[in-house]
Amino acid sequence: MAIPARPALPALDVSPAVRTLILGLGGFLGSIAALVLIGLVLTQTEEAFTWSGYWQQVVSGLAQGAIFASLALALVLIYRATDILNFAQGEMATFTTYIAWSLMNHMSYWPAFALTLVLAFIGGAAIERTIIRPVEHRPEIVVVIVTIGLLIALNGLVAWIWNPEVKAFDSPFPNRTTEIGGVVVAIQDLGVLGVTLVTVILLWAFFRFTALGLVMRAVANSQDASRLLGVRVGWMLALGWGLAAVLGAIAGMMAAPSVFLDPNMMLIILIYSFAAAVLGGIDSPVGAIVGGLVLGVLINLLGTYVDFIGGDLRLPAALVVLLIVLLIRPQGLFGHKVVRRV
Amino acid sequence: MNVVDRNLGRAIGPALFLAAAVLVILLPRFMGEFRLLQFTLVAIYVIALLGLNILTGYSGQISLGHGAFVGVGAYTAALLSLGRPGLEAFQLDPPSWIPLGDGMRPIFTIPIAALVTGLFGLLIGVPALRLGGISLALATLAIAVSFPIVMKRFAEVTGGGGGINLNLPETPFGWDISTRHWLFYEAWVTAGIVFLAAWLLTRGRIGRAWRAIRDGEVAAVSSGVNPALYKTFAFGVSAAFAGAAGALLAIETAYVNPDTFPVGISILLLASAVIGGLGSLAGAVFGALLYVFLPIYAQKPPIFSFEFADQAPGVVFGVFLIVIMLLLPGGVAHFFRALVVAARTGRFRRRSRTSELA
Repeated sequence: MAIPARPALPALDVSPAVRTLILGLGGFLGSIAALVLIGLVLTQTEEAFTWSGYWQQVVSGLAQGAIFASLALALVLIYRATDILNFAQGEMATFTTYIAWSLMNHMSYWPAFALTLVLAFIGGAAIERTIIRPVEHRPEIVVVIVTIGLLIALNGLVAWIWNPEVKAFDSPFPNRTTEIGGVVVAIQDLGVLGVTLVTVILLWAFFRFTALGLVMRAVANSQDASRLLGVRVGWMLALGWGLAAVLGAIAGMMAAPSVFLDPNMMLIILIYSFAAAVLGGIDSPVGAIVGGLVLGVLINLLGTYVDFIGGDLRLPAALVVLLIVLLIRPQGLFGHKVVRRV
Repeated sequence: MNVVDRNLGRAIGPALFLAAAVLVILLPRFMGEFRLLQFTLVAIYVIALLGLNILTGYSGQISLGHGAFVGVGAYTAALLSLGRPGLEAFQLDPPSWIPLGDGMRPIFTIPIAALVTGLFGLLIGVPALRLGGISLALATLAIAVSFPIVMKRFAEVTGGGGGINLNLPETPFGWDISTRHWLFYEAWVTAGIVFLAAWLLTRGRIGRAWRAIRDGEVAAVSSGVNPALYKTFAFGVSAAFAGAAGALLAIETAYVNPDTFPVGISILLLASAVIGGLGSLAGAVFGALLYVFLPIYAQKPPIFSFEFADQAPGVVFGVFLIVIMLLLPGGVAHFFRALVVAARTGRFRRRSRTSELA
């Protein structure tokens, strides 16, 4: 039986809300300080270093990281509720993005976007009901293999239905750049960050302020106790899968304009998202978001400023970093230590 | 079960092994060079899947990176069989600290490739296993995705995107058979040796420890099994088998290329191992047959007169995998075993009583 240990509380004698605020603000200022520090080091080592170029890379890293964060959040959502990692999360996202592409041939962007989210929700919940439910109580490895089967099947299905040729995908944001405080940033990047921010806030509000959100949190905490209190646990899990599919669909539609539509488009993003989720602590939503953003910025900076890594060794480099972090802190940045009791 | 029954039961395994050996020896008489090539591939994937089965079926861990391990074996064999002079002839410039030698007969590279890949597997496996849980699957998936990228990047050793071309070896000892024919026997003899090695490993103390960890790690620890040690060992053995398969693949196809080892290969290998039958050595044979022939027949079903799209095999593999896990977790191997039992007892058991996987 795996029981998460209580997180150690820092010695701050304030209310939880204030504590969260202090920690959040501290983390934010800390990250900016760290980025400035990295920049200062780079001014010494890089000959052609400019601060505006540096911040530009940071912003585009954040935009990439926001996509990892969305998908990582989807993984964490399912992991918290059912203790399984969904290897098909990326392919589910790809599938919904292709549906969005088809819809956009018939309507404008935002209606297609909304309709896709609805379809993604239904699809995600349906997958839980039909495929995952029968193996719910079997060992972890069985469930993982089933999600891998889903990955293979969806990947083949996408290529079968829409043919495997690479397609262009519209972006709702203009393909221009703008200047903020002397830093040139792509509006596309800002848009991705904005959409992710809105999504995260909505999701947080749903879990924090609605009765349904409360029930879902209860199920994630203890299925048995929730069932005793009359919660229909099965349906809550389906709801969780639906929400995860929605998050995946958002990640897919945000990524598609830059990586283009292709049956394998989410595979590398999925691996980065796994890495982000594990980095943040696999059971922590905040960790998934922070992990995603940190990873996005990190690979962008490594790719730009370390010649040996360049454009092509970003993925291996990111994984080496992840491995080092995990060897020092196996539960990830925000995760709970798992204590095993016999 | 009476004594006669039990002895019969014990004889079934060796009898099937001998029957398979006879079949393999006779097979080339009935087929052309192209079929021969396909069945050589079957032998190669039997080896890789035996490794994967030891890992997943016996010790209960998931690797999504066996395609990359096959790739490491293939590159090792290619580099060693050409040697430094051979590589320089291709305008490649491997750094001098890599011990490449002056080239050797391809067959001798097989054990070396197995050893190198096994060590590589341990290098990956030790930290990943320390993290426990699902991180091995993640780490290996990441390896599978990174492998082609890394091979393309270090082009001065690997030939980059163009890969390395080899020569098909000559048939040795002045035998009067074609090279394809000889490679067929080389692959199947290796597969036979690996099969016996896998059998010896899984039947005794080590195999029992692996199964104990698979079916309940806490209980295994209480019985004095060191899970970290046995899991790491399983991962090393598994990678080594994949490396041997990779070496044979390089020799057989006479080239290595990063795009021969995309991440999809790793995922399909796992799917084949599962569908063939986890926790059963015969399962690796069924899995290899599936791996080689299912993509062909899924595109063009033998009885029907129509063709599916190129993408059909993926869908079929995926759906098979899900259905097998839902209905018959022991895979094809368990299906046949259950049939034999059903013939005697009149009761078909979909699942083994002892394990969730076998």
